[in-house]
Amino acid sequence: MKYWIGAAAVLVIAFLTALSGLNEYFFYAAFIVLQFMVLATAWNILGGYAGYVNFGTAAFFAIGAYAAVVLFKWLGAPLAVQIAFAALASGLLGFGVGLLTLRLRGIFFAIATVAIIFIMETMMVNWRYVGGATGLQLLRPDVMQPFTSYTRMLFVVMALLVVIAVSVARYVQISWIGRGLRAIRDSEEAAECSGVPTLKLKLFACTVSGALMGAAGAPMPMYLSFIEPASSFNLNYSVSALAMPMIGGTVHWMGPVIGALLLGSIQQIVTVTISSEINVLVIGVLLVLFVVFAPDGVLGLLKKLWPRRS
Amino acid sequence: MFFSFDLLFEAVLFGVLLGCFYAAVSIGLSVSFGLLDVPHVAHPAVMILGSYFTYVLAAYGLDPIVAGVLLMPVFFLLGILIYRFYYETFEKRGTEAAVRGLAFFFGLAFIIEVGLILGFGVDQRTVHAAYIGSSLSLGEYRIPYRMLVAFGVALVLTFSLSLYLSKTFTGRAIKAVAQDEPALRLMGANPVRIKQWAFGIATGVSALAGAMLIIVGPVEPAMDRLYIGRTFCVVVLAGLGSMTGTLAAGLILGIAESIVLMMTGASWAPAVAFGLLLVVLGIRPQGLFGR
Amino acid sequence: MNVTRRKVLGAVGATALSAAIPVRRARAQQNVVKIGMSMPQTGSLGAGGQAALLALRMWVDDVNQRGGLLGRKVDFTVYDDQTNPANVPGIYTKLLDVDKVDLLIAPYGTVPTAPLMPMVKQRNLLLMGNFSFQVNAKVHHDMWFNNSPWNDAASWSDGFVKNGQKLGSKSIAFLAADQEFAQNLANGARELSKTAGIKAVYDQNYPPTTTDFSSLVRAIRAAKPAVVFVMSYPNDSVAIVRAVNEIGVGSGVKMFGGGMVGLQFTPIMQSLGSQLNGIVNYNSYVPGMKYPGIEDFLARYAKKAAEAKVDPLGFYLPPFNYAIGQMLEQAVNGTKSLDQKKMAEYLRQNEMKTIVGPIRYDKSGEWANPRVVQAQFRGVVDKDVEQFRQPGKQVVIYPDDYKTGDVIAPFEKARSTKG
Repeated sequence: MKYWIGAAAVLVIAFLTALSGLNEYFFYAAFIVLQFMVLATAWNILGGYAGYVNFGTAAFFAIGAYAAVVLFKWLGAPLAVQIAFAALASGLLGFGVGLLTLRLRGIFFAIATVAIIFIMETMMVNWRYVGGATGLQLLRPDVMQPFTSYTRMLFVVMALLVVIAVSVARYVQISWIGRGLRAIRDSEEAAECSGVPTLKLKLFACTVSGALMGAAGAPMPMYLSFIEPASSFNLNYSVSALAMPMIGGTVHWMGPVIGALLLGSIQQIVTVTISSEINVLVIGVLLVLFVVFAPDGVLGLLKKLWPRRS
Repeated sequence: MFFSFDLLFEAVLFGVLLGCFYAAVSIGLSVSFGLLDVPHVAHPAVMILGSYFTYVLAAYGLDPIVAGVLLMPVFFLLGILIYRFYYETFEKRGTEAAVRGLAFFFGLAFIIEVGLILGFGVDQRTVHAAYIGSSLSLGEYRIPYRMLVAFGVALVLTFSLSLYLSKTFTGRAIKAVAQDEPALRLMGANPVRIKQWAFGIATGVSALAGAMLIIVGPVEPAMDRLYIGRTFCVVVLAGLGSMTGTLAAGLILGIAESIVLMMTGASWAPAVAFGLLLVVLGIRPQGLFGR
Repeated sequence: MNVTRRKVLGAVGATALSAAIPVRRARAQQNVVKIGMSMPQTGSLGAGGQAALLALRMWVDDVNQRGGLLGRKVDFTVYDDQTNPANVPGIYTKLLDVDKVDLLIAPYGTVPTAPLMPMVKQRNLLLMGNFSFQVNAKVHHDMWFNNSPWNDAASWSDGFVKNGQKLGSKSIAFLAADQEFAQNLANGARELSKTAGIKAVYDQNYPPTTTDFSSLVRAIRAAKPAVVFVMSYPNDSVAIVRAVNEIGVGSGVKMFGGGMVGLQFTPIMQSLGSQLNGIVNYNSYVPGMKYPGIEDFLARYAKKAAEAKVDPLGFYLPPFNYAIGQMLEQAVNGTKSLDQKKMAEYLRQNEMKTIVGPIRYDKSGEWANPRVVQAQFRGVVDKDVEQFRQPGKQVVIYPDDYKTGDVIAPFEKARSTKG
C-alpha cells in the first residue's frame, strides 16, 4: 500500500510542478531523464532480473516512436492511443526476437538485438511514409488545458509512464515471475531441471520489456516535432539503458530509477556545459567502473553503507 | 536495375574478394568468441584501433601491410592484458558475472570509439599505397588492387592460423581447452595461460585485420558498430571454433551482400549480414561447421 | 526500499538537478547583446561545424572591435548538439529561458535545425538559418532567413543540367544517397532533366552506410549515360570518386558530378588529389570569384584555422557563417534595435552586402537569387593543399556572372587535361 501512496504522490508532484512557474528548460531536460528512467526500468526486467543482456533498446524505442508517428499521421490519434499502439508494436517485436533467440545462450540474444537495430533502421530508412531517411516534420496539436506548453504536458505524461513502468517492474520482481527469472539468472540449467518454464518466462520478460521501451519512445516525435532514423536508432539509447541499471543496481526496481536519475542528469548537464563527445565517454567509463568495482550498483553500495535489518 | 550475367559474374567475383576480407576480419573473433567463449563485442573496436595505428605508422611512410604486421606483437600483448583483466574480474566469478563481462566489453568498445574520436576526430582516415586506387584489368573486368591485396592477406592469415591450431602444440592445446577444459587441467596444462595466449593471438590478428580494413576503404571511429554484425554473422554462420568455416562463412556473406547490392540497388545490403545472422540463429545456431 | 526513502531520493535528485543547471549570473541586460546557438561540433556534421564556428567567432571578435552592436559588446554562447536533433530543443530552451539570449542562430545543417522550427514559430523568434535545405517548407515561419546559396532543389541542379543540355546530352544517370538532402536534390534534378528532354537511363538510391561503390559504378557504366548526376555525402563522395578512378564510368560520359557533398572539404580534396580531375561539382565559393572582402577574410581565417586544427582552406562554410553575422549586424544597425519583428522586416525588404556577395530574401526565407556554383576540377595534383588557394583548379562553369571557363567534355578527357 505504501508503494501506491508513494506513486500517487510522485504523480501529484509532477502535475503541480508542470503547472508551476518553473523554468521551461527544466521540463525539456527532465523529460529526457524520465524517458531514460522508463528505458532503464524496462531493460532491467529482462537484463537485471533474468540476466539476458538486450543491446537493442534503440530499436524498441525507435519502433515505438515510429509506430506513434504512423498512428498520428494516419488517424490523427491522440497521444494516449499512440503510446498504447507503440507499446503493442514494440512488444510484438520483443516477442519475435525472443522467440528467435531466447532458446540460445545469452550472448546470442545480445548479438541478435544488435542485428535488430540495423534491420529496423534499414526498414525505416526505406519507408517513405514515415519520411524515410529524410525524416518527417510533425505539427503538434494544440496543448490541452491546464498546461501552458506542450512540453510540460509531455513531462507529466512521461512521469506517468515512469510510474507505470516501475509498477510493472515491481510486480514482476515480487511475483513468482520474478522468482523464476532470478532462478534463470542464477543457473538456467538448474531452473530448467526444477521445472521452471524458462522459455515462457524469458519470452514474457522480453515482450514486456520491449513494450515499455516502445511506450517510452512514443512521445519523442511530439517532443521534437520531428523524427528521423539516425537519431531515433542512436546507439546511445542502447548503451544508456544498459549502463543505468548496471550503475544503479539490477536487483531491485529502484536501481534503474537511481541509475537513470544519476546518469541522465549528468548527461543533460554535460550537454550544456562541456558539451562534446565527453558525454558518451562518461557513460562508457562509468559503466566499466561500476561493472568492475561495484557490480551491485549504487543500491549495493548503499546497502553496504546502511545495512538494514530486513 | 540491370540484370545481366556480366554484372552477376562481376558481383560474384567481387563478392569472393569481399568475402575473404570479411573472413579475415572475423577470424580473430572466431578464436576469442568461437573457441574461448569470451563475449568479445569489442573485437571490431579493437580492430579499428588497429586501423588507426596503421594510419599513424603509415603517415611515417610505412606501407600499411608492413605497419599491420609490426603492430601484431603489440596487439598480442594488449590481448593478453585484456583477457587477464576479463578473467580476473568476470570469468572466475560465474555466470552472473558473465553478464557483466558482456556489459564490460560493450563499455570497452564505446570507450575505444570515443577515445578515437577525441584523438583523431570524426573524419574518415585513409592510407595511401601504390596498390590503392588502381585496378587490374582482366578483359572487361577491372578488379581493384586493394581488394586483391586484402584477399591475399586474408588467405594467408586464415591458413596460417588454421595450420597453427592443428599442427603446433600450443595450437592444439587451445583447441583442447575449448573442447574440454577439465581434461586439459588434468593433463597438467594451465588453461588460463593457454586461453590468455589464444586471446593474445586473436588480438594480434585483429591488428593486421585493421590494417586491411583501412586499405580496403576509409575508416572512421563509429565503424565498429557495423562490423559487430558482420563479424558475428560470419562467426556464428561458420560454427563456433572452425577456422575454415570462417572462410566459408565469410565467402557466403560477401557474395550474398554483393548480389543483394546488385539486385536491390544497395538499399538493403547493410541488412544482409544481420538478416543472415538472425536466420542462422533461428534455424541452425551451431552454424555450418559447428562443434 | 520503502516509500519514504524513495521520496527522499527523488527530492534529492530533483534538487541536485535543478541546482546543477548552470544558470548564468544575470548580467544587466543593458551591457551586452547575447547571441546563442548550438553547433554540431561532434558527430557527422562536426567537422564542418567546427570550421563554421570559427568563422562566427571571427565575426564576433570583429564586431566587438568595432564597438559591438548598438554600442554594446556581443556575448556569444555556443553548445554542441553532437549532430543529434534530440539535443536541440533542450539546448535552445536553455539559451532562451536560462541564458536569456537576445538573438538566435540555427545550427549548421538541416537535421539539427528541423526540431527548432516549431519552437521559434510558436515563440515568434527570428532565426538565422545555417546552410540548411528547405527546412521551413512545411512550417512556414515568417521570421526565418536561411543562409545558403540555394533555394529549392531546382536551383541546385539547374546549372549542372543546363550544361549537360549544352553538351547535347540525351541520357542521364542518377545516383543518390538515401538521405534528406540528396533525395530532395535528386527529385529536383529529375524534374529538370525531364523538362530538358534528357532521359534517365539509371536511377539508384543507396543507403548511407554503403562503403563500396564498385557494383554501382559498374552498373552505371553498363547503362551508358551521357551525364552522371551524383548526390552524395562526404564519405560516399570519396568512395564514389575512388571507384570511378578504379573502374571507370565509360567513355561516353560527358559530365560527372553535380551534388557531391564533401568534395568542398579540404581534407577530402587533399586526400583525393588528382582523382578529382574532370569532376563537375557544386560549391559555394571557389578562389577567383570576386566577392567583396572574401579574400581578406580567408587569409585571416587560414591563420586561425591552422591553430585550431580545422579545415585550413575554409571555402565552403566559413564565409557563409561570417555572412550570417554580417546580416545580423546590418539588421540591428538598420533598425537600431534588437526587436525581432523589426529585424525580420528589415531582412525581408533589404539587400544585404556580405562577403559572399549581395543577399536578398524571398517570402519563404531563402535566397531570392540562388547562386550555386558549378565548377570543374582541373589539373589538380596529389598531396598539395595550397594549390587550391589559386584560381584555376576549380573552373567555374556556372552561373554565367561568375564564369571562368567552359566545361571540358567528355569526362575522361577532362581528367587528363592540365589546368
